Amino acid sequence: MTTTFGAYGGRYVPETLIPALDELTAGWQQACKDDAFRREVHELLTSYAGRPTPLTLASRFAPNRRIYLKREDILHTGAHKLNNALGQAVLARRLGKHRIVAETGAGQHGVATATVCARFGFDCVVYMGAEDMRRQRPNVERMQLLGAEVRPVEFGTKTLKEATSEAIRDWITNVETTHYLIGSCVGPAPYPEIVRELQRVIGEEAREQLLAAEGRLPEAVVACVGGGSNAIGVFYAFLDDDVRLVGVEAAGAASLGTGRTGILHGARSSILADADGQIADAHSISAGLDYPGVGPEHAALRDSGRAEYVPCTDEQALAAFHRLAETEGIIPALESSHALACALGLDEELVLVCLSGRGDKDLAEVLAHDVGLRPDTAER
Amino acid sequence: MKKLVVYLVCEPETPELAEAAVEGGADLVELGFPFSDPLAEGPTIRLACERALARGMRTKQCLECLAEVRSRVDVPLVPMTYAAILEAYGYERFVADTRAAGATTAIVVDLPVEGHPEVPRIQLVAPTSTDERLAACAAATDGWLYLVTLTGTTGARGEVSSALAGLVERTRALTDVPLYAGFGISTPAHAAAVAELADGVVVGSRAVQVAEEGPRALRDYVRSLRGAIDAVATAV
Repeated sequence: MTTTFGAYGGRYVPETLIPALDELTAGWQQACKDDAFRREVHELLTSYAGRPTPLTLASRFAPNRRIYLKREDILHTGAHKLNNALGQAVLARRLGKHRIVAETGAGQHGVATATVCARFGFDCVVYMGAEDMRRQRPNVERMQLLGAEVRPVEFGTKTLKEATSEAIRDWITNVETTHYLIGSCVGPAPYPEIVRELQRVIGEEAREQLLAAEGRLPEAVVACVGGGSNAIGVFYAFLDDDVRLVGVEAAGAASLGTGRTGILHGARSSILADADGQIADAHSISAGLDYPGVGPEHAALRDSGRAEYVPCTDEQALAAFHRLAETEGIIPALESSHALACALGLDEELVLVCLSGRGDKDLAEVLAHDVGLRPDTAER
Repeated sequence: MKKLVVYLVCEPETPELAEAAVEGGADLVELGFPFSDPLAEGPTIRLACERALARGMRTKQCLECLAEVRSRVDVPLVPMTYAAILEAYGYERFVADTRAAGATTAIVVDLPVEGHPEVPRIQLVAPTSTDERLAACAAATDGWLYLVTLTGTTGARGEVSSALAGLVERTRALTDVPLYAGFGISTPAHAAAVAELADGVVVGSRAVQVAEEGPRALRDYVRSLRGAIDAVATAV
């Protein structure tokens, strides 16, 4: 079991949670050795979630190059988040937990969690920043329709950082009945490893599909990075290959690009913080990337030089969002649009981009931005 | 005698407040070094930390606050904070500078017993801790053991947690170190009930609330806790 990735990771949590993390670690290790667990997750991914997702050549989006999109936007619930939520739900049932708490930023992880809770008959509470509830309204409505309770978090930046803190506080309080279904490859060990293992299906499928389509590996693999779960999922299959790995952070939330080593939400990683270790505010038009931390394994991949991490501005992401919609008939999530913008600027000819989610949830935010107004003022 | 511990967040007024708490009968003062994302705290202390940070209470200012409290009172002083603060400041440097400013030891809420032996500290245990972990924390703790009375975050509660008696019993069977209990203790009646079980009583969120009313209110509040605890000790 990996508890650290180089200098990063670990378990910086109150003692109350340590026995639960031990139990989770033991349960996960047993599950990994159990064919029945793997079969059940595979079966759910296939017959319920819609795997394998296709690979699409975006030839009008990037003429004269071969940019392939791994279509996680087509997965049930509209993003890669379901891969992780399904696996952790099966794990939670094995651990005898019947109540799930989760945090959500863009709402995609919240929707995935609410979905698996409906399917498994679990009670579901999702913490979401009030600012994110405003800008991702359709996902709030979807979670509620699926039977989840969405609890607004009204303090601090009212975004993913505070939602995560509140989900952890709920877990501390209800740890005996509750599984914390974390949405990204962040948090205390064993979460970063569990989430990576449940997301690595993205890269494994894509690698096989690309080899079948092109007879060779891509020159570069590109994914957006907030906490980093779709990126670690798509990178992992290519770690030992001669393939450039590029993670794209929101310019105002570049934990890897401009951050420093620190501790947030139970792990040491590269985070946005001041010299005293106080966490700084992140800023991104994309709620899913609007987070001052990142998974510890990404920090280790950055340090080793195996992966590189580059920034993308809100404007660049919005331009890529429109371009993909107009050239390919695919409306991408604003998060994934950061990866698309980066891929357009790369020199490599054959590129794999993880299209981590679809953008229906972002329409109000994008349209408001396009007319230069925020949604709350546009209504007046 | 049962011990009474009062928690305050480091702010400009804190030296005066700590003095009042000791006048009221506090045997030890915990001084919270605020962190922006304190996972173990309920709303009262979280808000107090946000306020302190907005007033510029970073590590340097907290150390100055600690030194100022030290110059005014003779009781043990224990900084209580989160690992992020030590990570940024340097673990050994934090120990050296807090000791130099007058601290007796430290409490780091999210630094489990397995790591960072270079930081002598009060270990926390919880109702969820296994006997194996209770023993490890008791062996490693620097002075007394902090029993978290309940499965949850800090904050005033209606009643003392029913989990405390079992936790005290399990811990007593494993160690002779003094056991102080905290989380959810706010009234003299709570303090008395906890003093029946443990060697010390820690009061945090309610003390932080009362401190907002000034030193006189805090002294009177601490005195009421002291009276309730001493009545138990006398009866026993």
